[in-house]
This record gives sequence, C-alpha cells and structure tokens, in this order.
Amino acid sequence: MCLAVPMQIEKIENESATVNVGGTKRDVNIAFLDDADIGDYILVHAGFAIKKIDEKEAEETVKLLNKMAEIARNDNSDQS
Amino acid sequence: MKYITEYRDREKANAIANRIVAVAKDQSMTIMEVCGTHTMALARFGIRQILPQNINLISGPGCPVCVTPNRYLDHAIALARQDNTIICTFGDMIKVPGSTSSLESERARGQDIRIVYSTLDALELARNNIDKEIIFLGVGFETTAPTIAASIDIASRQSISNYSVLCANKVVPPALLALLSGRTEIDGFILPGHVSTIIGSESYTPIFEKHPVACSIAGFEPSDMLEAIYELAVQISSGDPKLHNSYRRVVTANGNIKAKALLNRIFEASDAEWRGIGNIPESGLSIRDEFSSYDAAKKFNVTIEETVEPAGCRCGEILTGNIKPADCPLFGNNCTPSHPIGACMVSSEGTCAAHFKYGS
Amino acid sequence: MNETQLSNNESRITMAHGGGGIQSQELIQGIFASHFSNPILNAMGDAAIVEIPRTYLAYTTDSYVVKPIFFPGGDIGKLAVCGTVNDLAVSGARAIYMTAGFIIEEGFEFKQLESIVASMATVARACGIMIVAGDTKVVEKGNCDGIFINTSGIGQLFVKQAMTSSRIETGDVIIINGSIADHGMAIMSAREGLSMDTSIESDCAPLNSLAEHLSAAVPNIKFMRDATRGGLATVLCEAVGENNFGIEIDESKIPLKEGTAAACELLGIDPLYVANEGKLVAVVPADSAEVALATMQSHPQGKESEIIGCVTEDNVGKVNLITTIGSRRLITMLSGEQLPRIC
Repeated sequence: MCLAVPMQIEKIENESATVNVGGTKRDVNIAFLDDADIGDYILVHAGFAIKKIDEKEAEETVKLLNKMAEIARNDNSDQS
Repeated sequence: MKYITEYRDREKANAIANRIVAVAKDQSMTIMEVCGTHTMALARFGIRQILPQNINLISGPGCPVCVTPNRYLDHAIALARQDNTIICTFGDMIKVPGSTSSLESERARGQDIRIVYSTLDALELARNNIDKEIIFLGVGFETTAPTIAASIDIASRQSISNYSVLCANKVVPPALLALLSGRTEIDGFILPGHVSTIIGSESYTPIFEKHPVACSIAGFEPSDMLEAIYELAVQISSGDPKLHNSYRRVVTANGNIKAKALLNRIFEASDAEWRGIGNIPESGLSIRDEFSSYDAAKKFNVTIEETVEPAGCRCGEILTGNIKPADCPLFGNNCTPSHPIGACMVSSEGTCAAHFKYGS
Repeated sequence: MNETQLSNNESRITMAHGGGGIQSQELIQGIFASHFSNPILNAMGDAAIVEIPRTYLAYTTDSYVVKPIFFPGGDIGKLAVCGTVNDLAVSGARAIYMTAGFIIEEGFEFKQLESIVASMATVARACGIMIVAGDTKVVEKGNCDGIFINTSGIGQLFVKQAMTSSRIETGDVIIINGSIADHGMAIMSAREGLSMDTSIESDCAPLNSLAEHLSAAVPNIKFMRDATRGGLATVLCEAVGENNFGIEIDESKIPLKEGTAAACELLGIDPLYVANEGKLVAVVPADSAEVALATMQSHPQGKESEIIGCVTEDNVGKVNLITTIGSRRLITMLSGEQLPRIC
C-alpha cells in the first residue's frame, strides 16, 4: 500500500507545505522531514511527505541508467 | 513530471532488459515482488513481457487489503452500522467483501462511508462534524502507518475527541522472515521501496544474515524495477546474495527516523492475523494503551457477526507465491473484479486483480 | 413573474414547483421557456409537434447525474446537451431536436437552476439543436442529489451508412481528437475528501461539427464513438467486441495533459478508463488516415488529434497497449468504478 509521488514544495507554513506535481497541488504534512525548503522535491504518500528526494542520488541513478543504455547501444552496433 | 518521466524511458528500459538477458542467460530464476504496488506497476508497464522467459516473477503478501482478514471487515461494518458514525477509508477497502457484506453494500444501505486520500482529510471531517464519530480504517504497512500514527498524534494534541482508528496496520520484516523460514524456492526478493523509505535498508539485515538470499530494494518506475531485477540476476547467477539498495534517492540505511519514532510512540508490536497465511508473531501494530481513546476497537462496543471465510478461495497460497492466480479454480470464473470472492481480486493491487486486468 | 424574482439569491425550489399549479407554471415560463424559447416549444402542447425530414433518423436518450453539478469546464446542463448532441454526432447524425426532463430536489436554488438552464440554451443554440419539449418533477429533500437531467435527442443522418464496428477492417487507423481523462479527473478532484487543487478542466464540448467535417472529408470513415464513461479503453474494448480483428494502441501517442496525468498518478487511477465528454475516437481506412488527421487537426475541437493505433489481424477480440517502455499489455473492460487508491 505504497503509492507515493514526487512533488515539489511551493510554500511552507509550519508543519504544512503546498506541493505541486504537473499543476496538481495539495497541502501535505511535512512533520516527518528533517529539513524542507521551497523548491525541494519530496515523496508524498497519502497526504504526508515521507522523504526528501536526494538529488545527487537521483542523478547517480540516471547516470547509471544512461551507462546501461550506452552499453546496450554498443552491443547492438557490434552485432550489426 | 520530474523524478517520474526520466525513469520511464523506452530506450533505457530496453537496455536494462537486454542486460538482464545477458546476465541471466538460461538460468531459471524465481523472483518475488513483496509489495503490491510493485505488482501493479509491473503489470501496468508490461515489465514481465520484456523479461526473458526464464525469469519468473511472483507476487508476495505486500498488498495490505489482501492480507486484511474478514474479521476486520466485519468489525468495520459493525462500526459503520452505528448511529452518528462516519467511516473514512482509503478507496482500496471499499469493495472488499466481509463475511456477509462489504463497505460498498453498507454505503448503498445508507451508512455514511467516505473515501479519503489522507488521514488529514478524515481529521478535517472530524473537526467539521463534532456531533459525529469519525472512524478511520487503518490498514497498510510501514509507509502508511506513520500517517495514521500522525493523525492520532494530531487528534490528541488538538483534543479532537470524535476521531478514532480501527487499526489493522502491519509490518513487513516479520512477514518476510516467515516466508523465508517456510519456503526456499524463491531465488530473490524485490523489496518494497516505500516501506524501506520509512524503515531503512538496515532493517532487513538480521533477516538477511539468518537467510542469505538475493535482495534488492526497488522504486516503482520501470527503470527502477528493471534495475533491481538486473541486480538480482547478477547476484543469483554469481551465487553471491547481497542486501542491495536500488532506490537510493529515497531509501537510506536508517530510514525516516522521525516517522519511526512516531510509530513507536503511538503503536506497539503485536501478533497479527494475515488472510490466508495465518498468525505471524510481532507483525502487527496496535495502538498503545495511552492512546486507547483513539482506538475504535476499544472505544466502541459493537457486536461483530460470526466470521465466514469464502469457500474455495486460494488467496493464501497466492499470497505466499505457492500458486499463480490462474491455478485457483475461482479465478476469472466465479471470482472477478466486479464480483470478487477473495481479497487478491478485490484490491486493485491484488495479484489476481492485476493479473485479470493486465492479462499478465 | 419576472426572472429576477425567481432567481434572487434566497429563492429555492419547493415541492409546489412540481405540483402542476401556479408555481409550476412560473418555473416553466420563468426559467425553461424563456431560455429555450423556439417556435415548437413555445406552442406548449403536451407533446412537441416536429417536422421530420425524409431521411434516416438517429434517436438517443441519456440521463445525467454528476457530482459536483458545477465543475471546472462545465456544469450538468452543458453536459446534458453535449452528451445528447455527441451521441448523435458519432452515429453520423446532425442533432435537430431534443427533450429535457428535470428531476429537482426540493430546496434547490433557483439561481443554480437558471445557470444550468442558461448553459444548456447556449450550447444547444451553438449546436443548432432545438429543445422542443421538457418536463419537471420536484422530489422531497434527500430523494435526489440536487438535480438530475434526462434527455432524448433526434438527429438526421449525414452519413450514407450507419457506423458499426463490424465495418472495421485490419489495417484501419485509430484517431482521437485530443487529450484523455480530463473530464473524469476534473470531477474527481473537485469532490470533497480529496482536497486537491488542479488546473484540470473538463473537456465537455459538442462534437457535432467535428464529426460532420470528418465524415465529409473522409466519406469512407468506418466508425466513430465518443469515449465517455469507461474512457478510451472501454470504447476500444467495445469496438473489438465479437469482431474478427484486434486493436493495438501506443500509450506514448495518446494525448494526456500533464496536470491530468499528475492527478492520475497521485490517486492511482488509470487514465485510459477515465471519462471524457468531448473526445471522439474515429476509425478510418489507412489510406485516408492523413486526410482524416489533417481535417481533425484543422478543426477547433481537434487541434490535438493524434493517430493512436491501428486494427490488427492477430490478437482477435483483444485490445493491446504498447506501454511507455515499449512492452505490451492487454486492455480489458473495467469492472466497477475506479476509486482513488493509495496502494
């Protein structure tokens, strides 16, 4: 039971933040976060932020995926 | 949609699938996705169809609706039948059949049952309807349990006395341990990404040390899941199981400390009944005595009808990965999403519903 | 009785407005007749006397219950006229006459009623359909949710052959006139309990002009259907039905607005099954596909038209979706309504 969506913080008021994904906004509770700033991306589950998304790690993952795609491209061109 | 779209790229997904083929070769591998949200996502993106035939994905017990026993539904229905009561629930629970009724049928009979997206919405209802009792149906694993704990915490801090929770929350590690202790044909586990966001990857270490098996914590986008499967294929083919984390952008070693602290403050571990599986020690969460005025099970004295389990239903075996939905004689015949018999068909993330809907 | 008296802020529908007496007359004259005014309706007979052209007719009926009654992009009145016009349009018929029956809850505000009726009149005029007969019933408070509308509509066929799915053949191309799931998600996010703020507007719009243009440009068009309740997936499943072909569509080609996609992600809803109120699915022969697409894209109701798939010889009776990542999955009929989920 774990549907959670990355949303960006637009406004913070005490324990509540207005977050946005693709133009859909909602107020979520951010009491579980250690720190949160406007512009941060957070993972939202059932109206609560359960984690701030680690930008560096996200970039690393995308790099890893790109590398795999590159290997696959090279494999394909080797075969052809 | 940042952090979504980039993980749904066609070229990258196929590249990883090719890598999986290269690593797995002809070796047969059985991999269980523990979490129901993974089951749904795998089906939605057609992940099974781009994997080689020798990789067999099976669905585990991580759909909270599916493992919620009939008795709980019967209790919720009894509460719904009280006067001046509004039952709030996640949409997932509304069609689940109890012994003789369901929340959907009760709503049709005129009981006030509302679908909410968050416990915060239920609290708002409680503030706006002070003459009514608002009862929230607390189901879900460690991802959802903190949001329910938070609602009890807020209700207690703001003295909202007409709010309570009927709690059937469960935790994943004891179920994983029970699975591993009983069955050994599973070569690897895709571990739940958002449960792990809360509990942290370290939570699995004791289980892994006792039963070393290939493990990878995965996110829910296609590239996330494929990358985790690739990791598992590498581990399985090399015979070198690891506790790997493929979802590092939100899963850390220790998880969400604040959420865990709140869970611990509001709830205590208890034995819990899992539909089809039975009792698993320390696998449930119960509201601590200190907060018993928010525990709907203690606050209201209702008569619960006698529990009847559906005949012929093999949900239990499906939940533990022992059979596939098609092996159940009810699947697609008597049991369909519009007339579900077992809980695996009721929840949209249930294995049977996903198999029925996406034909995988 | 003048309109301002009827529609001041406090006035509400009472049981007397459905009683058939003076108040009923006031309601009919003050609101319905004044907005819908046309020679046939103004005769105020027990039945409308209409002239029927010497041709084939299309005849449809539908009922409208929507919550909330006013939603971003429309209201129940606009929905009722568009729905009726569209059912006729995709059957290849030009809407000419319609009737409207109103079931109104005691206590309903006049102001809201008038606003609904006014939007019906506006769309009806724009579509060239006359509302020629109507009925009003008032039910006790609690016996209906604000207002329900039932309509019937008659249209004159502008195509030579009735459009049935049995005319569809292997190789035909499937086109949609724009983004899916906007209506259903606009409605869902406007409902209480979900407290979301979205920019999503219903796509509620009449498709009569688009359908007629398309049929004129592509006379050998095989099939049209408006993808309402059950969404695009349901229309395609119905189209394959018992027929001797399959359908394959490409998820990445299906127009979906970012805001709508985001709301679907958040609530765990599959946009393929979400209702539309201004979406036309057309099946045309492959050699007419370009003309059809260009015709649709040059029409105001079809600017975002896309070819989303084709009719296949294999997978008979099945709808296959090529997913975002290029894999395939089966699309089946929806069982029950889609509910927001967090799982």
